[in-house]
Amino acid sequence: MTAGGDTAEGRPETAAPAAIELRGISKAFGPVQANKDIDLRVPKGSIHGIIGENGAGKSTLMSILYGFYKPDAGEILVNGQPLTIADSQSAIRAGIGMVFQHFKLVQNFTVLENVILGVEDGRLLRPSLAKARGVLKQLAAEYGLNVDPDETIEELSVGHQQRVEILKALYRQADILILDEPTGVLTPAEADHLFRILRGLKAEGKTIILITHKLREIMEITDNVSVMRRGEMVASVRTAETSAEQLAELMVGRKVLLNVAKAPARPGAPVLEVRELKMVDDEGVERLRGIGFDIRAGEILGIAGVSGNGQTQLLEILGGYPEKGSTLSGAIRLNGRDLPLSGGGCNAAERRRQGIGHIPEDRQVEGLIMDFTAWENVAFGYHHAPEYNRGWLMDNAAIRDDAEGKMERFDVRPRDAALAARNFSGGNQQKIVVAREIERNPDLLLIGQPTRGVDIGAIEFIHKRIVELRDAGKAVLLVSVELDEIMSLADRILVMFDGRIMGERLPHQATTGDLGCLMAGVDPATTAPEDAIPPAHKHVEELPGESA
Amino acid sequence: MDKMPKWADVILTPLISLILAMAISALVILAIGESPWEALTTMVDGALGSSYGWGFTLYYTTNFIFTGLAVMVAYHASLFNIGGEGQAAMGGLGVALVLLYLPLPHWALALPAAMVGAALFGAAWALIPAWLQAKRGSHIVITTIMFNFIAAAALNYVLVNLLRPVGSMDPASARFPPATHLPKLSEMAAGIGLDWGRNTPVNVTFFVAIAACLLVWLLIWRTRLGYEIRALGRSEPGALYAGINPVRIIVIAMLVSGGLAGLMAINNVMGESERLVLNAVEGAGFIGIAVALMGRNHPFGVFLAALLFGFLYQGGGELALWTSIPRELIVVIQALVILFTGALDNMVRMPLERIFLAMRKRGRA
Repeated sequence: MTAGGDTAEGRPETAAPAAIELRGISKAFGPVQANKDIDLRVPKGSIHGIIGENGAGKSTLMSILYGFYKPDAGEILVNGQPLTIADSQSAIRAGIGMVFQHFKLVQNFTVLENVILGVEDGRLLRPSLAKARGVLKQLAAEYGLNVDPDETIEELSVGHQQRVEILKALYRQADILILDEPTGVLTPAEADHLFRILRGLKAEGKTIILITHKLREIMEITDNVSVMRRGEMVASVRTAETSAEQLAELMVGRKVLLNVAKAPARPGAPVLEVRELKMVDDEGVERLRGIGFDIRAGEILGIAGVSGNGQTQLLEILGGYPEKGSTLSGAIRLNGRDLPLSGGGCNAAERRRQGIGHIPEDRQVEGLIMDFTAWENVAFGYHHAPEYNRGWLMDNAAIRDDAEGKMERFDVRPRDAALAARNFSGGNQQKIVVAREIERNPDLLLIGQPTRGVDIGAIEFIHKRIVELRDAGKAVLLVSVELDEIMSLADRILVMFDGRIMGERLPHQATTGDLGCLMAGVDPATTAPEDAIPPAHKHVEELPGESA
Repeated sequence: MDKMPKWADVILTPLISLILAMAISALVILAIGESPWEALTTMVDGALGSSYGWGFTLYYTTNFIFTGLAVMVAYHASLFNIGGEGQAAMGGLGVALVLLYLPLPHWALALPAAMVGAALFGAAWALIPAWLQAKRGSHIVITTIMFNFIAAAALNYVLVNLLRPVGSMDPASARFPPATHLPKLSEMAAGIGLDWGRNTPVNVTFFVAIAACLLVWLLIWRTRLGYEIRALGRSEPGALYAGINPVRIIVIAMLVSGGLAGLMAINNVMGESERLVLNAVEGAGFIGIAVALMGRNHPFGVFLAALLFGFLYQGGGELALWTSIPRELIVVIQALVILFTGALDNMVRMPLERIFLAMRKRGRA
């Protein structure tokens, strides 16, 4: 099959009017053509996946559908009727509901208050609240959308917050539901539950558009899938007739290795030893509750877990910059030498000198200075290195040369070292960070979410480089919320939950379900004691066996 | 890709702001029944029409360069130093103490010594707000404003009770020794047989100010310290990740900033009045904020903006002298320029960016 060969006309469901039909939608932002002549047909009562790399134009397309942007050209048909969607209000009137990646909920309002926000029936809240309570009850029974209507949002787990977003859309009588990267923040069990809800909605005749970059999800739940690449819709196919490999190829435009090809690890001596590491933050919350592990030379240790369970703190502590006002105890040893946990010797510059490289979780806030040029960023953290300096002044020419070499070797595009970091795509930004940290040849490389917001082509490249570093006999600590990434890259897997290590698995033995249990704080082998689950996490209760 | 070409960002935007400010000023002058054209020619004539006018314009420019650079350096560390006024006043005290109590035989020796005094006192006055910001998170805008008042009051006390010569009724220090007199540019011109700017206060400090522009440029864009200041100013988490100590950088940036503001005293205290008087700074510390904003936080821009404000100051003075436009209105004109070039920068910038984007799109299509 060739890209673009299969268009909507090739499919059988053409008889009834589609729930949504887009014809020739184009949208440009300045010189960037975000959407180019997009055709899309989403049949009523189906789950339609939209997949594409970062910056392929998925979000722009959905924003047009939801009235945030006005298309430069093209037309939108909802249930066969041409429609101008000027703002989100008219999208809602047309029966379109949107669940954003970052929820738009008022944290200190209750579920009920959030649901009626903006659609109150009158000046008094009581009647609206009573009506909403009834509707919510009915929706909960119908679709398994159980949420306590009187709980405030901040008390809810991420999975439940997402259900509130779905409830909001349904309360506004949405027939067409758009979900933008809905599983990014969910545990596998929560994701499964979400999919059950979506199937229920589909059975009731609702139409669902699912935007994601996770091929596994597309294959699991969608009926049809459309692939976007560089602003164009390159293919629309029936999910049953395609494969993950084929979709990946369509997305990137070339063959992609989804699984990292790597030889078995040959671990050497321990490089990093962590013992009984505890951390209490400035609000007195215990973020790490006694962590211990080793990483050997030539091995990748993966740490899986839902974000917010202490991984960030662990990376910061190892990187030499624990949160301000926190108290630490325990020990960290690098190559047999103790590293200080506080005081003057505990800073990121010192850790770099000791041979610890760090690809941080958030490249835009930590790893790069977005206003700096690419070459200035190549020196970031290493700006005291002798080769970057000449006496009192920085040797900008030398840094530039080095940056150009790194951009060449790591295929950073565009290859313009004078361009500000913010003008690179996510994947290319990450490549700048990866090049900087890996080419220092650190004994230990800390990696947080290496491929968050990075396109598939760059993911493959970054994974390869990480494995190369391992094969060169270096130790790698990989923290990721992407289970697929951990399972394909790590030589050993630890699962973190609530500041503890819930268990260790080997990737070829581990199953998603097994790891999912650990991520939710339950050890399937030796069920964790009740007090291991603090109140804030009480809502993480969906286990694979739970009935909806 | 940048939204606008660099020249539009650096030159066109402030120019349009300036024209807008002038247009509104013209309306105000019309409203009180005077001629805007006459006002403009009076200002240009008075500030730029003669070497006498230039002598004053460049004197004010020198003041504003120092305070503008002070605001600029702090700004790169994302610190809004509003305390230039107090730091410059304290710099004056440093100059006075050095010149009154150290026997310095020649201005060439007195100048570096007084510079050290000025910079040290200015920096010291910035140290406490810097420390409070770095360690306790007390907002630097609040603390530096308060330190302006403290500086004014403290200087008042020192002048009246400690530095005032016996028998004098004037709250001012004694005159500095004649040996420490800084050469005026007019005297230097006379030395090579030129009659330029007689009886004007502009002096060698003008060259010090230009050197300061170059040094600040080197500091911010060519040294590790400048790199760390800029990195911290844009992302504190990023700075921590890179091993940059925020406390250290905040304190150093404010010390440099305060030192630069203090150096202004070389011009007005040592170069012009040759003794320390009350209110010697005359608001130059605040003008520095507008100068830095308009100069896009670049030393070259600061130089140009300082020149503009020097012109406004001198031209405004001439306006009060030769027309019946009241003095207060001159402040209104200066305020309008500050408002448009500084505070309302985005009002001009954003439409311009849109125009450039549209033009680019059409060029492509």
